[in-house]
Amino acid sequence: MKPIAPKPMPRRFHQASWDEPVIFELSQPGARGVLVPEVEAEIQQECGDVVASLPESLRRKSPPALPEMSQLHVLRHYARLSQENLGVDLNIDIGQGTCTMKYSPKVNDQLARSHKMADLHPLQDESTVQGILEVMWKLEQCLKEISGMERFSLQPGAGSAAIYANVSMVRAYHESRGDAKQRDEVITTIFSHPSNAACAKVAGYKVITIYPDADGYPDLNALKAAVSERTAALFITNPEDTGIFNPYIEQFVQVVHAVGGLCVYDQANANGVLGITRARDAGFDLCHFNLHKTFSTPHGCGGPAAGASGVSPALVPFLPKPSVEFDGQKYFLNYDLPQSVGKIRPWYGVAQNILKAYSWIMSLGADGLREVAEIAVLNNNYLLNKVLEIRGVSMPFATGKRRIEQVRYSWEQLTSETGIHSEEMETRMVDFGAHYWTSHHPYVVPEPMTLEPTESYSRADLDEYFAILKQVAGEAYSNPEIIRTAPHNSTVHQNQHEPFDNPDEWAVTWRAYKRKIDM
Amino acid sequence: MVKIRLGLIINPIAGIGGRVGLKGSDGAELQRQALALGAQPQSHLRTIRALEVLIPLAGQFELFTAPGEMGENTARQAGFVPQVLLTQTPGPTGPLDTIRAAREMLDTCVDLLLFTGGDGTARDIFAAVAVLEPALSGAQLPVLGIPAGVKIHSAVFATHPRTAGEIAAAFVRSPLSSKGRAERIRLRESEVIDLDEETYRSGIVTTRLYGYLNVPYCPHLLQSRKVPTPAAESVRAEAIAADVIESMQPGGLYILGPGSTTRAIATRLGFPKTLVGVDVYTREGVVALDVNEARLMELLSFAKQTARIIVTPVGGQGFIFGRGNQQIGPRAIQMVGRENILVVSLLEKLNALQGEPLLVDTGEPDVDEILAGYMPVVVGYHEKVIYRVAA
Repeated sequence: MKPIAPKPMPRRFHQASWDEPVIFELSQPGARGVLVPEVEAEIQQECGDVVASLPESLRRKSPPALPEMSQLHVLRHYARLSQENLGVDLNIDIGQGTCTMKYSPKVNDQLARSHKMADLHPLQDESTVQGILEVMWKLEQCLKEISGMERFSLQPGAGSAAIYANVSMVRAYHESRGDAKQRDEVITTIFSHPSNAACAKVAGYKVITIYPDADGYPDLNALKAAVSERTAALFITNPEDTGIFNPYIEQFVQVVHAVGGLCVYDQANANGVLGITRARDAGFDLCHFNLHKTFSTPHGCGGPAAGASGVSPALVPFLPKPSVEFDGQKYFLNYDLPQSVGKIRPWYGVAQNILKAYSWIMSLGADGLREVAEIAVLNNNYLLNKVLEIRGVSMPFATGKRRIEQVRYSWEQLTSETGIHSEEMETRMVDFGAHYWTSHHPYVVPEPMTLEPTESYSRADLDEYFAILKQVAGEAYSNPEIIRTAPHNSTVHQNQHEPFDNPDEWAVTWRAYKRKIDM
Repeated sequence: MVKIRLGLIINPIAGIGGRVGLKGSDGAELQRQALALGAQPQSHLRTIRALEVLIPLAGQFELFTAPGEMGENTARQAGFVPQVLLTQTPGPTGPLDTIRAAREMLDTCVDLLLFTGGDGTARDIFAAVAVLEPALSGAQLPVLGIPAGVKIHSAVFATHPRTAGEIAAAFVRSPLSSKGRAERIRLRESEVIDLDEETYRSGIVTTRLYGYLNVPYCPHLLQSRKVPTPAAESVRAEAIAADVIESMQPGGLYILGPGSTTRAIATRLGFPKTLVGVDVYTREGVVALDVNEARLMELLSFAKQTARIIVTPVGGQGFIFGRGNQQIGPRAIQMVGRENILVVSLLEKLNALQGEPLLVDTGEPDVDEILAGYMPVVVGYHEKVIYRVAA
């Protein structure tokens, strides 16, 4: 018997490409997936006209415009689409920096899918949902311990929903003190989670953004120039999206408190500090976690997410309602919160994700949570050392200093030497089955690339990703054409980005597309 | 079949000064010095790199160029058979040759004019093709710079010679409209900026915004794909304008420096704005267009209410005073007061500074010191950045 030949590195990869039409284009008039039998006369007689028994407002005037297809064609369509996907279970997705991609244990999915969860309805009587209320209450106790905060609301349906809840609570707090009108400014940093600025803006605040100082750290003097009696709050991420930990975080909090503003810690991604630092210990008044990032529930990418908003004692009265309470014997929902900001979303939170986050935390324990952060930081700094060996890459801002859990690199040198841009590298990376992300835009770091190797990835995973990156960067110098014309082994080819800014050139639903085509 | 017409003008001595440590290549004496120091012209090789990209499309367009080393030689070496306009004049080439060739390209109705050089060359091209009436600026000949000069401050250059070739290739591949213009390729007004080389070489830096040229805009080729498109940029400039206008006081005097971001404010108010001049308004109407320093001081001395100066960074280095807007002199700044200076900018412009501060150079060190520190910069509607300003 011959020994098995070693596989090449980077591995060969070729994705299915089906040129699959939109499902509406596959519709064949008259085709059906299920033929519902005629109702037998006896049954009809017994039940009468069932449709007529529905209220007028619930009856459709015309049938829904759904595609008409057989079961086989539906199955084939979605199976093909699934092959054209580069999902979390297929690739080493450390290239999706800031998103904290990690393994979401399948056992937690099984728990969430079990009939004990799937059959629940939020309108059930409290006495019949004691189990999930207990999970919600206990998860809150865990998050309180992790952050040092007094209370949490698990109601927000996503990270930005949690930030929005926090913005709402900031306003309610200042309203209760009579100076909400005067305090119309929210301060953030350019490398903070962009949802901070976005949510503040949506809530009607003016946004002031701080740029880094000459050393690349958040600029304390700029903050001092920004604060005033108009400051409602500071919304800040730490470590920032560059992976840089703010060494002046304590002074930041003091400067904002000194003018009567609140400090809100965006911990959407808390992976680098889990079990090591706590928001409340650093003086913050509010914080939030994305359960789908740090707590693995999993990352949504359009699916259900979950946010958790935490507050210090002074902010507790303003939490969204209802809160989940425990009186020593039973769990219940408390609506009697007169100063509450109200509901952030319907019901009480994304119950399945809350269960998954609770399960993840309990399976790790306190020591395990800290180990998550330690391994994530170790992985990041291992990869950082290797990536900086590649020709054409650099790590701007706080140059030469280590990063916490992620790094925003720059290919500026490579671009100037080869004409190849970071986004062209991105389309080439998928030829090797690897995901890659640049940064939020507009870009602050030129030709950016953001990598976040969380605790889930083995050293072999990191070495493989590095090998792909090195190969692609080398191609920029030796064969730039192969990058410019990439992807070659993937499904989707290069997109024209310009139409994205013109609503006349895109549609998010089939109906909107039909309408715009006809216009 | 109507073929796209590409024009090509090379400034053969562009970039000659850079490698030998001279701060530019303008002027015959400097060029002689540079050659004596062993300088190699950059423009021929860099043009070849751009033209290489166009070789597969050679049958799809006509190439018009200037004689000899101003284009013909390079085009032939790259494998093209160009149509040569004009006749070669004896002796070394100069700015007048560039201008003459560009005018000839206009008369030949080229669809896109490629030129190789630096800021000085861009200025010469601007002198030849500029349509100074803003309302007609959309009709201005599209041009694109292949970067080869020592100074590249103007925004009319591709980031890399090969990229220039790719933008030109996209232009050639795009279908022609009924008017014979390339469709789909959008054009963007881009700044033509140049230093005064005489003073620059003696250590004094002054730049001027000469105007705007229409440059084909392929976002993924010009910079990176996710930089905003012209549509998004103009929306953002409008948002900045909305913020500024909201804070305007009736009767207050508003001094608008040059730039497309400040122009958006005047446009939103329904007033004309000179592209490269300093213009003065109240919320109710135009007070004076294209004022010089003396006229500005006169207006300020008569102002009954608060006056505000609204400026945007000019050029790639982030100067808010002292480059392109010297009409707003130090005395005017002192009179108006730091608290009444409003800086507006597209976020991209600040980001392009890569952490370097905004700069001031009013000519009065004391005034520069007053301006230094931190300043709010309006970057959107109810959006500000606190940014460092250095003297």
